[in-house]
Order: sequence, then C-alpha cells, then structure tokens
Amino acid sequence: MTVTETKTELEEFEPNIIGFLCNWCSYAGADLAGTSRIQYPANIKIIKVMCSGRVNPMYVVNALQQGADGVLIGGCHPGDCHYQHGNLLARRRMVILKNLLESIGIDSRRVRMTWVSAAEGRKFADVIKEVTEEIKKIGPMKDIQRVNEW
Amino acid sequence: MNKKEIEEKNSSNSDSKLQLAFYWAASCGGCEIAVLDINEKILDVVALADILFWPVALDFKYKDVEAMDDNQIDVCFFNGAVRTSEQKHLAELLRKKSKTMVAFGSCAVTGGIPGLANLASREEIFHVAYLENPSTSNPQGILPKTEVEVKEGILTLPEFYDEVRSLNQVIDVDYYLPGCPPHPDLIMTAIGAIVENKLPPKGSVIGPLKSVCDECRFEKTEKKIDSIKRIYELETIEDKCLLEQGVICLGPATRGGCAAQCLDAFMPCTGCGGPAPNSIDQGASMMSALASILGLEGEEEMKEEEVEKLIEQIVDPVGTFYKYGLPTAIINRKAKE
Repeated sequence: MTVTETKTELEEFEPNIIGFLCNWCSYAGADLAGTSRIQYPANIKIIKVMCSGRVNPMYVVNALQQGADGVLIGGCHPGDCHYQHGNLLARRRMVILKNLLESIGIDSRRVRMTWVSAAEGRKFADVIKEVTEEIKKIGPMKDIQRVNEW
Repeated sequence: MNKKEIEEKNSSNSDSKLQLAFYWAASCGGCEIAVLDINEKILDVVALADILFWPVALDFKYKDVEAMDDNQIDVCFFNGAVRTSEQKHLAELLRKKSKTMVAFGSCAVTGGIPGLANLASREEIFHVAYLENPSTSNPQGILPKTEVEVKEGILTLPEFYDEVRSLNQVIDVDYYLPGCPPHPDLIMTAIGAIVENKLPPKGSVIGPLKSVCDECRFEKTEKKIDSIKRIYELETIEDKCLLEQGVICLGPATRGGCAAQCLDAFMPCTGCGGPAPNSIDQGASMMSALASILGLEGEEEMKEEEVEKLIEQIVDPVGTFYKYGLPTAIINRKAKE
C-alpha cells in the first residue's frame, strides 16, 4: 500500500456502529425508513431486541471491546413502551454505563440512546446520519489492549 | 467429613498424605490468614496433609520448589493477582509441580483490589508512588529498574508489569475459590472434596449457585429508590434490604457462599464473590440491577440531563462495580483515548 492510499483510507474512516433497536418502535421505524426508500449510511448493524430495557450494559461493553466504534440503542418514546417502562430503564442503564466508560477512558459519546417511534422512518434515517457523523469525528475505537504484552 | 472418616483415611493412607502448597502473589496476606480461620479444623487438615511450600508460615526457598518432581504437589492454593515477573515465574513453576491448581481468593480468581491498578499505567503508578507522593523524598528521581550495576556486581529486581492479571490469565487453573478472603466453610468444602476425591468438573467455582441476596437475612420487597447514600449517611439503619435504603449493595450480582456475613453487620456487599453464576461481567450485571431500582417519579417527562443528575450520585463507577474484578471484566483496563 502506498502512502497516499493509507491517507485516503484514514480520511474516509467508516465507523462500525451497532444498533440495538426495540422490536416495537425503533426497529419498526428502521423498517419504515427502508420501505419508504429513505437513504441513510450503511455503517449501522442492527440487532433487534424485544425491548430497549433488554439491553444489558454488558452487550454494549462487549460490542465496544470487540471492535464497534459506536453503539446506538433505540427505544420507544417515553410513555409509549410496549412493556410500560423498559425504555426508561434502558436510559438509566446507559447513563450509568456512560459514567463508567468515561472513568475507564472511553469517550462516552460512543454510546447513544435515542427514541424513534414506528412512524418515524425519516427521524430514524436522520439519527443514523447524525450518529455516523459524530463517530467519524471521534475516530476509530482505540485498541484497549496495552502495548507491552507479556 | 467426620472424625472417624479422617482417622480411617489417616490409617489407610498414612504414607501417602495429601501434599499441599500455598503461595501468595499480589495480595494483602488476608487469604493466608483465612486458611487459619478454619480454626481447630486446621488440625484435621494437618493430619491429612503435608505442607510442602508455604512462604508466609514456613521457611522454604524457591530452589526447594524447583527441586521438586513435576506433579509432586497434589493441590496448590495460589492467592493473589499476578503483577510482577517473580509472581508469574512462581505461578508457572507451581503449575508444573502441582496436579491441581486452585485460585484462592478474589485476587487470584478475578484480579481483586490490586486489579484496580489497571486504571493506571506502570509509568503513572511509578510517578505517584516514587515521585509525587508527599511522604516520599526522592530528589534524584530514582525509579525501580530490573537491573542495576553496583561495585559488587549486578543487582536485580523482578519486572513490574504494566497490568495486573488474574491467575487464569497467566496459567491454567483447575478450581476457583472466590472471596476476600474465602469463607472458612468454602475452604473446608474444597479441602473435603479434594480429600474424598469428589471434585467437581475442572474449571468449577467452588461455591453455591446462588447470589448473596439468596443468603441474606434481610427482607426484600419491591424496590424503588431516588437517591444513593453511603452507609454512614443513614440516620437509622432499618432491618431491611440495604439497596431499598439507598445503599449500593452488590448482592444481586455477586456469587454467594459467604453466608452474607457483611450484611449481618449492616455493611453492603462489595462484590468479593465475583460474578454471580451465569454472568460473565459482574459490574454490568450490577449496573443493570441498580438502574432498575434507581428512579424518580414522573421520569417520562424528564430530559436526559435530569437522569444524569440522578446517576451522578454514583461517585466512583469503576471502584463500585468492579472493586474486585477489573482484570477479568470485559473492558479490563483503562483505554487510551
């Protein structure tokens, strides 16, 4: 690989983003974005969960540790949760997790919680664009492994 | 095991006693004392076993271990995390000389409190310990080296690694005995199982398949708290679940086997038993559990900032959720971003 090639590769860093989307709202929103043929960046890899409250902080940490540059958790709008308050639990979990990530040296902006309803295909696409832009700015997730192996 | 059985065992196998070894690495020494916490049962152990190596109590040299045959030690109880090249060398050496290797105590099992040093690099640790510390006078700024040449020859020190590891990250471990230190009952269960040759499958944690909550005597109801308190901030400690009173207690995310002794003394669980069965990341489980009960009325109308304010009451997330298990957590050291 020549030097110029490496440079372009760095300039066009394509983040790897994992999206945990709830079955009832955000996933349906993503579906609507798809069926309405709304364009959005292909950086997001979607994993459907029944409720955003199902997302254990462990999933997020695991994703980040195994090479995701960002994680998006999508749930129903507050008050609309199919399971009453799963989305509120998810929000608290992610806020605690963000605190932890900050103290362990990971930029907490890599984890983001959003509300997208089943009717908001356009919003879904906008959120993905926004998240992808932001993660591009933050840059690739640094290898958590330290230098001197033994 | 009752006395008769022990005697039988003794008379039948008097010439083939169990060969034990104990070693400590990066630990406080509490686990060594815990061995004696089994009280008078130590006499049963001594009747059943020969101790081949125990630096804290008996005078042995490393060359005595090196001179042993491979697999000569039946069971080696290894406590402490691995931080230096000396500890790594001994761990590897004892692995070679032992049939069964038991990680004894939180530090060996999950990394323990020394493992929190993974939040800093070796350079940062040296800087604080040897240069910045107010009680340290080091005008020449000397930092530990592995080798230094003096008039009389070369002096050496073990290498201080950049990170702390649990025992199973260094060598193959057969059994795990968590706790800080392990509860005497668990120690006796382990020794009994070894003597009777009724050990569980390799890789098992010697401990119940329950969480600390399961053993805790406090009454638990539907929990909901809106603020987090330290134990001294409670005006009166009620005889009910500490989490319900607003104190962070790691009971739900921690493996039991300790008989919830800390809770008996109104001290919250800090998680020395390691992750609860079927969980791989204790801190993540606890974050999840805590988030479920920590909430405010009318949260649906609230903005993220208000929730952040609520969560900010958790002052030290790593020290709270990963007090004993940072090296074995999914993200096990400070990232350099």
